[in-house]
Amino acid sequence: MEMSNSFLITTKDLVRTFPMGRTKIFALDGVSLNFKAGEFAGLVGPSGSGKTTFLNIVGSLDSPTEGSAVVMGKKIETLSHKQAAWLRNKNIGFIFQTFNLLPVYTVYENVEFTLLLLKMSANERRKKVMQALEWVKLADRAKSKPSQLSGGESQRVAVARAVVKEPPIILADEPTANLDAENSYNILDTMVTLNRELGTTFIFATHDQKVIKYLRRKITLFDGKVAKDEQVEPEKGKGEEQ
Amino acid sequence: MIKFLLKGIIRDRSRSLFPVITVVLGVSLTVLGYSYFNGVMTSWMQTSAKFEAGHMKIMSRAYAENADQTPNDLAFIGVENLLADFKKDFPELLVAPRIRFGGLFDIPDELGETKAQGPIIGLAVDLFSEESPEKDMLNLENAVVRGRMPQKYGEILISDEFARRLNVLPGQTSTLIGSTMYGNMAVVNFTVVGTLRFGVLAMDRGTIIADLADIQEALDMKDAAGEILVFFNDFVYREEAADRITETFNEKYSDKDDEFSPVMVTFYDQGGMADFMGMVSTFQGVLIFSFIAVMSIVLWNAGLMGTLRRYGEIGVRLAVGEAKGHLYRSMILESLMIGVIGTILGTVLGLGFAYFLQSKGINLGNMMQSSNMVINEIIRAKVTPVSYVIGFVPGLLATLLGTSISGLGIYKRQTSQLMKELEV
Ligand SMILES: Nc1ncnc2c1ncn2[C@@H]1O[C@H](COP(=O)(O)OP(=O)(O)OP(=O)(O)O)[C@@H](O)[C@H]1O
Ligand SMILES: [Mg+2]
Repeated sequence: MEMSNSFLITTKDLVRTFPMGRTKIFALDGVSLNFKAGEFAGLVGPSGSGKTTFLNIVGSLDSPTEGSAVVMGKKIETLSHKQAAWLRNKNIGFIFQTFNLLPVYTVYENVEFTLLLLKMSANERRKKVMQALEWVKLADRAKSKPSQLSGGESQRVAVARAVVKEPPIILADEPTANLDAENSYNILDTMVTLNRELGTTFIFATHDQKVIKYLRRKITLFDGKVAKDEQVEPEKGKGEEQ
Repeated sequence: MIKFLLKGIIRDRSRSLFPVITVVLGVSLTVLGYSYFNGVMTSWMQTSAKFEAGHMKIMSRAYAENADQTPNDLAFIGVENLLADFKKDFPELLVAPRIRFGGLFDIPDELGETKAQGPIIGLAVDLFSEESPEKDMLNLENAVVRGRMPQKYGEILISDEFARRLNVLPGQTSTLIGSTMYGNMAVVNFTVVGTLRFGVLAMDRGTIIADLADIQEALDMKDAAGEILVFFNDFVYREEAADRITETFNEKYSDKDDEFSPVMVTFYDQGGMADFMGMVSTFQGVLIFSFIAVMSIVLWNAGLMGTLRRYGEIGVRLAVGEAKGHLYRSMILESLMIGVIGTILGTVLGLGFAYFLQSKGINLGNMMQSSNMVINEIIRAKVTPVSYVIGFVPGLLATLLGTSISGLGIYKRQTSQLMKELEV
């Protein structure tokens, strides 16, 4: 129990079921996992093994049926909608498979808008947004509209949007699924850099071998259970300097 | 945040165009409708006051009881003395003693045989005294279509439409057959010197305008008048002042026990006036309410379509940690901005039309063919300060209502589904 203080994320016997006709599906069936600050971890496993469900709960978008999940000292299962929103706002960045940029806003505004929810001066906002766009190497596209970007660039904007608040945790569900190899590596390199420089914890859910090559911890889920949880030597992204 | 929302509204036309158009339409129609009703009211009030009711009216108590039948046998006697006193008490008011009378109008041929005949409604007013306000008030000089104004006793004006029907030309002699104050038959000859068109249907059907003294003589009504109309000297009706004057007057001159003593009533106290005013205000209320209702429903649907179309945006915003309440309020704020923009545009548009109809007017003569209302055929809109702000009521209320309902959908979104939804 005392130990959990050193973890950003602790889950204990996490169960999430979904009703399915008369029976129920165990999307998660007793998952106990801990994550420390600065991890670069990935959930792998076949389709339907519970990866997205796990990220959902850790990201305070969903609640467990049983068991507990503590994120940044907050018990997910006890949070109200508003408290959950606040936790996400403060501590968690999301990167989705599709980029989900807001089409009417510029790149700059897409990154800025998550900061609008925080009390922050316009100046400070501007600095942070430009910083985030530098990280993903899109500072020169600040005024572009999402429709003018390639898929890779769009996903980099999404990464900038997730990191602009410098959250301790970033959750990425299949972030490379819509990208070609070059752009996938590009994004992953960026993430590794952020992980190293900001100490941001990354947790992926993925099938993508390209992503898996970058992981330092590989957690295999199978039928809602942790089948394997191993520290691995990343094949890529280790010593690559920009 | 406001800037962020505004940018969204301005750049995403499908977000703003349809709601703005709805608001513009509703608001401009409200502004126009309101201003036009104002015009109807004002026109009707002015015309009624001039031709019928005055701002205040003095009658004998007995006459007042049955005023709608213009019972001249109950007319007030002693006009001269009363008015002499009255002018001392209320020097700033204008007075116009009148007699309304009915009768048969007969046009003889050279041999004195009846050539044409028709019933008339007559209005006897003081045409010749210096201080009489009648000529100006009834705008007689402009109303003369053929012929000229009466210049001496025995000369009358008749409505042009009636003259054409009876084939009367200015200069012709005619006979009025009526009854005296005491119930005897009165037969008097007049010379028709001009024909009239007021643009007020009730007055243009079959009216003659004669001099008061002539009619007093003809109908045996010396020093008597059915009605003494009293006006504020700027011709603007002021209800409170009218009430006060009426009270003062009645206290001094009226005697409850003497049915031939004079009594004063205000414009509103006369038959039907208050009812009509009430009807028009109700109508205005219904108009604004129905615009609010229709616009709300349209905007509600637009809002629903908007939340569907912006499913992704709402999802992302929830995912990055915007609380549902905050999102809901920002949607309402956004729609209020649309409401304000639409209301301003709609007010400008509505005022444009209203000003146009204020200078041009619409001829409602055909609609009022059989109406006895004393009101101009051409009715103009009347823009008042309220016209400038009235649109904000439906404009803002409807956007607020529409979005508050449609926006509730946000609360149905389950954050647990966001990842899956955002993956498509
Ligand atoms: N909202 C839901 N309602 C019903 N069943 C669900 C729901 N969400 C997930 N499931 C079920 O839970 C199980 C785990 O789903 P989950 O999405 O976590 O899998 P995954 O590992 O992310 O799969 P994939 O690799 O295909 O994304 C699946 O069997 C899925 O059908
Ligand atoms: Mg998944």
